[in-house]
This record gives sequence, C-alpha cells and structure tokens, in this order.
Amino acid sequence: MRLWLEKQRHLIDFTLASLARRKTKNIGLLLAYMLLVFVLASLMLFTHALRSEAAYVLASSPEVIVQRMVAGRHDLVPPDYLERIGRVRGVQKMQGRLWGYYYDPVLNANYTFMARPSGEIADGGIMVGNALARERGLSTGNTISFRSYSGKLFTFEVLATLSPDSELLSADLVLLSENDFRRFFEYPAGHFTDIAMSVANPQEVRNIAAKLGKMLPDSRPILREEILRTYESLFDWREGIVLTVLAGAILAFAILAWEKASGLSAEEKREIGILKAIGWETSDIIRMKSWEGLLISITAFLGGVLAAYVHVFHFGAAVFEPVLKGWSVLYPKFKLLPTVDGLQLITLLFFTVFPYMAAVLVPIWRAAIADPDTVMRA
Amino acid sequence: MIELADIRKAFNQGHTNEYWALHGISLKLDAGRVTAFRGPSGSGKTTLLTIIGCLAKPTSGRIRFKGEEISGLPERFLTDIRRQSFGFVFQQFNLIKGLSALDNIILPGFPSGRPRAELLANAASLLDRLKLSHRSRARVEWLSGGEQQRVAIARALINDPEVIIADEPTANLDTALSLEFMGILEDLTALGKTVLLTSHDPLVVESQAVHRVIAMRDGRLTET
Repeated sequence: MRLWLEKQRHLIDFTLASLARRKTKNIGLLLAYMLLVFVLASLMLFTHALRSEAAYVLASSPEVIVQRMVAGRHDLVPPDYLERIGRVRGVQKMQGRLWGYYYDPVLNANYTFMARPSGEIADGGIMVGNALARERGLSTGNTISFRSYSGKLFTFEVLATLSPDSELLSADLVLLSENDFRRFFEYPAGHFTDIAMSVANPQEVRNIAAKLGKMLPDSRPILREEILRTYESLFDWREGIVLTVLAGAILAFAILAWEKASGLSAEEKREIGILKAIGWETSDIIRMKSWEGLLISITAFLGGVLAAYVHVFHFGAAVFEPVLKGWSVLYPKFKLLPTVDGLQLITLLFFTVFPYMAAVLVPIWRAAIADPDTVMRA
Repeated sequence: MIELADIRKAFNQGHTNEYWALHGISLKLDAGRVTAFRGPSGSGKTTLLTIIGCLAKPTSGRIRFKGEEISGLPERFLTDIRRQSFGFVFQQFNLIKGLSALDNIILPGFPSGRPRAELLANAASLLDRLKLSHRSRARVEWLSGGEQQRVAIARALINDPEVIIADEPTANLDTALSLEFMGILEDLTALGKTVLLTSHDPLVVESQAVHRVIAMRDGRLTET
C-alpha cells in the first residue's frame, strides 16, 4: 500500500510538473473548459433557483382557485357561487377575490389591482409593490391618480409600499379596499373575479375539484400543483431556448476543449516514448495522464461552478436574466435563494468531466501502447 | 549473461514494405564487459540492442538473460526486466525538457514506488560521481551536450541496473567529451556493470575501455 501511494505521489508530482511545463496550452484549455462549465452551471443554478422560488412562493397560495368560464373565456363569478361551493363536503375555507389589470400609460406598464378587505386597507388608500413605487417615484404619504376605464379620475394616497421580500410576486401590485376596487372598475355588487379555496384534506384536492366541475359545469378549478407544473414547464422551456441559442457557442467551446485535450503534440508523444523506454509501464503513463485530465477537468468544473454560483446568486445571473426571467416593463428586483440541486451538479459533472477524460485518454492510450523502441530511432 | 539464438527481426511483416533488419543472430555476451557493436547505418546494430534491452521483441529466435528465457514474456514482465536490469543512454539523450537534471534522473525510479528522498539522494550521489553536482537544479535544455550525456548516464544508473545500453553515445560529442565518456565507461566496468554499445566511431571501438567489438552488416554478424 505504501509503495502504491508513493507511486501515485510520484505520478502526481510528474503530472504537476508536466502541466507547468505546458502552461500556455493548459491555461487556454482550462479557461475554455471553465467557460463551458460556467455557462451550463449558470443556466442550471438559475432555473433551479427560479423553480424553487416559485414552489416556495406558491406554497402559501390557495390550493384551488375557481374561475367561471363563458365561451371559453374567464368571466366574473356570480354571487351564488360562493354559497354553492360552500356546500361541497371537504371545502374548508373559501374567499371571493377581486383583481384586475390596469394599464398605466405613464410607464407603459400593466399593474395588477387587487382588493383587500376594508379592515386591512381604508378607502382612498393603496399599498403598492416595490418595483412600481420605484418606477413612479412613490413613497408613503404620496398621492397618485389613475384614470379608470370609464374615464373617471381616482386619486389614492399611498399608505405603504409592500415588503421587498415579496417583490417577485408583488412588483406591479396595487392593493386597495374592496369598495374602491368595485368603484374603480365598476364591478357589479356581489360578483368576484375568482374564488380561492382550501380543502381539509390535501389528498382530496383532485376529488373536490372534480365535484366542483360536476356541480358548476361552467367553472374551471385550477389546482396549485398545476400552477407549479406550469411554472416548471415554463422554466424548462426557457432553459431550452437559452440552451438552443447558446448551442453554437457551447459546441465551439466543447470542440476547442476536445481538440486541445485530444491533440497529442509530437513532444508529448516523444515523452511517452522516453518514459516507456526507461521503464514506465503503459498503465503508469495512462494513470499519469488520468491524473492530468482529472486535475484539469475537476479544477475547471469547480472553478466554473463556483463562478456560476457567484454569477447567479450575487450578480443576479446578469448574463441570462432577461431571457430566463421573461419580459416585463416592471422588472422585480429580488435575490434568489441560493439552492443547489446535487443531482443536477452530478449530471453536469458527468457530462463535462467524462467526455473530457475520454478525449484525453483515448489518444494517450494509443500512444502509450506503441513500442518503446521508437525512441531509439528518434 | 545474455544469449541470443537465431534472432530475426522483420518490420512491416506481411506488407509490401516488409523489411528484415536482422537475419539469424546468435551470440553470447559476458557479464562485466564492454561490448561494442560496429557497423554502417542500417546494419541492424540499434535493432539488436532494442531487442536485448527488452524494448522490442524479436520476430523469431530466443533470448536468455541470466539463464532465463525472456523472449516470450508479455510486455509487463519485459518492462519490469527493462526497468530493473537495463539502463539506457540514447544517441539524442532523450531527456525531458523543462525538468531539472535531478528530476530527469529520478524518473526511472517512479514506477518502483521508491521514496522520493531516497531517489533524490541516489541521484545526487550519481551526479557527484559524474562531476555534475553543480548543475543538478539546471533545466536539461540549458546543459551542454556533454552535461546532457552525463545526466542521461546518471538516469540509466538510478535503478542500479546490471546492463547499460548506449546507442551511438559519442555521435553528438567532440573528441574531448568522447574521451571523457570512455573514462566513464571504465568506471562502470570497475563497478561490475555490463556495457553494450553501438558505434562506428574509431575512438570508441579502438579504445582500451572496450573489451569486445562485434561487426555487423546487413543484419548479420561479420566479426565477433
């Protein structure tokens, strides 16, 4: 065992000396490789963090949202629906919600107006999302006027701005009292935009949704898990789009790394011949080159992943942000929670280190099995 | 010590460019002696040395080393024998550029797993014997031809082999350095080493340090 360890130490010593002797080639290779890992790891970390964020945020959202459909379009929920839904066994809590979109020509942006019970917000007051407040220069105590769709001007006092922690969801949000909401949008009394409900037994969500579908055939129950799945598909799709766009560049880096790794120079072939002639076995040479490949690929992998981590969680993934977050006039400012998926990292490790090792070892193996007498004829 | 029986060697066998480098060489080489193989280029000297030194296998024929037949052994065993029993000094020295003299010398000791400190101590003592201690840390490409050859000799001796094989050792040296090399040969014989070398340099083949000269031409022995 001691002999084996000593031998590995010799091989690593020689490998390090070899890497240092071919500095330019190895640094170029390391940089190209690191960049490749950085791009892939940034994408993976960012989309994973967004998925986790979505799941985290949706965890506190209602289990089922019931909408009413007319001619395949979302329509207002009539007053008796609340009472009829309340009769379904298993429904624990339900609440009619009032929300709508408002286009603000000042920012060319859409806001989400949402009513809160009058106990939370007094008539004439609003609470606004952080991005909106930032863009319109609002702070507590300011007033702001909106012209409603019927042409009337409404003036509100900003009672508070919403916590920056919720900015992912509340960037464009305007919270106002139920009375103000109904007046502003001229909403018919007793009607709601949709109904949020929770069920007593989470295992029964699908059954209750099915019962609602039967009882109110014009309703559309939307489950929380469906929303989550939609988000996941959306981020998967965006990740795919980015990967497609970057495919050319990734391929170019991969080819560069492959070419650099697999191209054995005349000098390297000569060295392999010398080592064999002076008593190194084919397996020693392959082991030595394996150490070399591992040192480069693991360093590039760790460097790339670390750089991607800093890029995503400290600089908000500046490179991919516009594509991955989607389009918006009011971009939320939010810090992603640093979450890393071990399986994703292992997959990345496998797809970057493994092909590299193959690229290194195949030509080495071919050179290492050559007869050592070639060195006598050099 | 080394017995060759009807050694033949073909290159590119079975192809249109098939070439027979050796035609049935039979020979006995004694231990502790310096034997020089003389002959023009293409006479088969180097090919014969590569076969004796386990760098290549003969196409046919048998080789016995210290009484054991080694011609049929698999490559792994041949590598072991080569590492333990043979030291090589190549015509172009074949040192690894970018490494120091000391680092080059200890390379053949790596596969044996001997501790680095022990290898370095051995290498330092060899450099001392070859009067090259002052250049031990210098990178080999900065050394003169004679210094490079002494590094190559030290490297050949690091595993304390019984046989030293030197291919055209004076081909890249001037007269003074060639004479210096012959002096080193005498020291090696005094240490009990067997030396096999190829040369067509009269300075070598006519030297007192060489005990036996074997002439070759066209892959055959012409004078033993």
